[in-house]
Amino acid sequence: MTRRRLPEWFVLLLPAIIVIAAVVLIPLLFSLYSSFTPYKLTRPSTLWKWVGTYNYEKILSDAKFWAAFGRTVLFLTIVLNLELLLGLGIALMMNKVTWGQRTLRTILMFPMMFSPILVGFQFKFIFNDNIGLVNNVLQSMGFDAALPWLVDGKLAMFSIMFAEIWMSTSVFAILILAGLFAMPRDPLEAAKVDGCTPWQSFRHITLPFLMPFIYIAMTIRSLDVARAYDIVQIMTGGGPARRTELLWTLMSRTGYVDARMGLANAMGYVSIILSILFTIYFFRKLSAARAELGMAG
Amino acid sequence: MAEIHLTDLTKSYGPTEVLHHIEGHIQDGEFIVIVGPSGCGKSTLLRMVAGLETVSSGEIRIGERRVNELEPSERDIAMVFQNYALYPHMSVRANMAYGLKIRKLSQAEINRRVEEAADILEIRQYLDRKPRQLSGGQRQRVAMGRAIVRDPQVFLFDEPLSNLDAKLRVQMRLEIRKLQQRLGVTSIYVTHDQVEAMTLGDRLMVLNGGYVEQFGTPIELYDRPASIFVAGFIGSPAMNFLPAEVKDGSVVLSNGVIIPVESPKEANVTLGIRPEHLQPEPEGAIALQVEMVEQLGANTLLHGTLQGTDKALTASVAGHATYENGEFVNFSAPASMLHLFDPETESRLEL
Repeated sequence: MTRRRLPEWFVLLLPAIIVIAAVVLIPLLFSLYSSFTPYKLTRPSTLWKWVGTYNYEKILSDAKFWAAFGRTVLFLTIVLNLELLLGLGIALMMNKVTWGQRTLRTILMFPMMFSPILVGFQFKFIFNDNIGLVNNVLQSMGFDAALPWLVDGKLAMFSIMFAEIWMSTSVFAILILAGLFAMPRDPLEAAKVDGCTPWQSFRHITLPFLMPFIYIAMTIRSLDVARAYDIVQIMTGGGPARRTELLWTLMSRTGYVDARMGLANAMGYVSIILSILFTIYFFRKLSAARAELGMAG
Repeated sequence: MAEIHLTDLTKSYGPTEVLHHIEGHIQDGEFIVIVGPSGCGKSTLLRMVAGLETVSSGEIRIGERRVNELEPSERDIAMVFQNYALYPHMSVRANMAYGLKIRKLSQAEINRRVEEAADILEIRQYLDRKPRQLSGGQRQRVAMGRAIVRDPQVFLFDEPLSNLDAKLRVQMRLEIRKLQQRLGVTSIYVTHDQVEAMTLGDRLMVLNGGYVEQFGTPIELYDRPASIFVAGFIGSPAMNFLPAEVKDGSVVLSNGVIIPVESPKEANVTLGIRPEHLQPEPEGAIALQVEMVEQLGANTLLHGTLQGTDKALTASVAGHATYENGEFVNFSAPASMLHLFDPETESRLEL
């Protein structure tokens, strides 16, 4: 009797398969399964109760969830666009710098080097309505009122966006700068001879060339911002009264504060759709922009 | 159509002067080739005319206008770049039309000009393609089309053929020449290729190290090179240079060979003689010890040294001929074909 042997490729891949299964696949399947149960962290036995799509149905009719969903989309849209504009501006200016550009580039990266938690605390202090920097400055300039930066819903949203943009604009700036470095000079000179104004050569020559770089930055940042949690959690904790609640703060509240892990997992799966949609959208745009320029793909 | 005047033109980058007191007067409709080794400043000079580099001092006039301070777009020039510099995201048609659109010409006029240029260059069937779908030669045509549609006073070419393969380069060279003759537009063409320069230019400006070595017709440059540099640069294979002395109305080579010339002066000189002007003759005074033979079909190149010296000497003999390495071959050199240069200043000495 010959023993059946496992195929070699499988044996060789087994360590990798085991690791991936342990850290990715099994947790993923577990979370997917638990999203179909009323799993509560405080009552482990609830894990074995199958409720079908109850959690999902509940989410779809949950105004709080959709408010957070919409707020996240709004947050994404505003933050990404502002970061793009600022990053583009910074990159264009950096590209003109002839002396000390390396140093400047490094300085530009500083905000990215900080932990988001620390950035959160820093801006929490800056925007604090009593002792914060901003209000101090405003008052010393003669404004009487102390603006409730982190207490008023709209202002709080603004403050969080400000922190997020401060921290991550350099992602855009660096990627766009890389694009500017890679850009051939000849077409710009040809455009000059053709009689373009600086704005026209930017609009018709530079910008189309930068679009692939912009879309790559957009994709990276959309995934990043869609899971914004740390800054929000530190600065407002989703408050006041849930007015700055984003998807991930809502999920962590549901999962860990209310201990309703099954429901939180279901929310996670629904909100992944958001990230997938943004990614697909930007990748389509990226391929189109690359095809325009005659790059492969 | 316009004349171009370059007056005492210099270009400096910081304290380094790269172009020194360039003078030149280009006639209306003339095809001028600026030629020189890489780094001689030829592209810089062209880019100064284009307005892509600033002028440090001196003056450039196109037609009646001083253009030093004008933007490239205001100089009424069109330029063809080495790397074609097409706009990658625009179709061939859009590439050619872009400059006209910027100038706000009517759509009908734009279409007319683009199609006319496309017909001249035989690229009509590619008008709706993107540059990436074209071969190098086709891209070069599009780049020229973009220049033609503008109907400028001056064409500027910055080594436009250097990215093409040898065969295509010869073909495009002829086409550029024909096109320029047909349109009659004053043109400046930069190249490092002396054959391209000789075949294209009405006149050649030879640049070396930022100085104009000579500015003249190809034949003037070939027959009466103004300096050792021009003599060595123009003509292929390159001219032979031998140290010599002028004494008693003749040139004495370092191995004692005497060639009679009519020169009253006595001096140390550098004797220049082109390989094709050495005539094989059994009694000839100049003996070449053959070290290598190159058979080119139409002629045969003999590389070796002047007998009794280590000075390199090359001769070009018409037709096929067989020579042994180490063999001595005798040549005579007619006095009218000799060039004498001052070894100090490297400039031409008139006989």
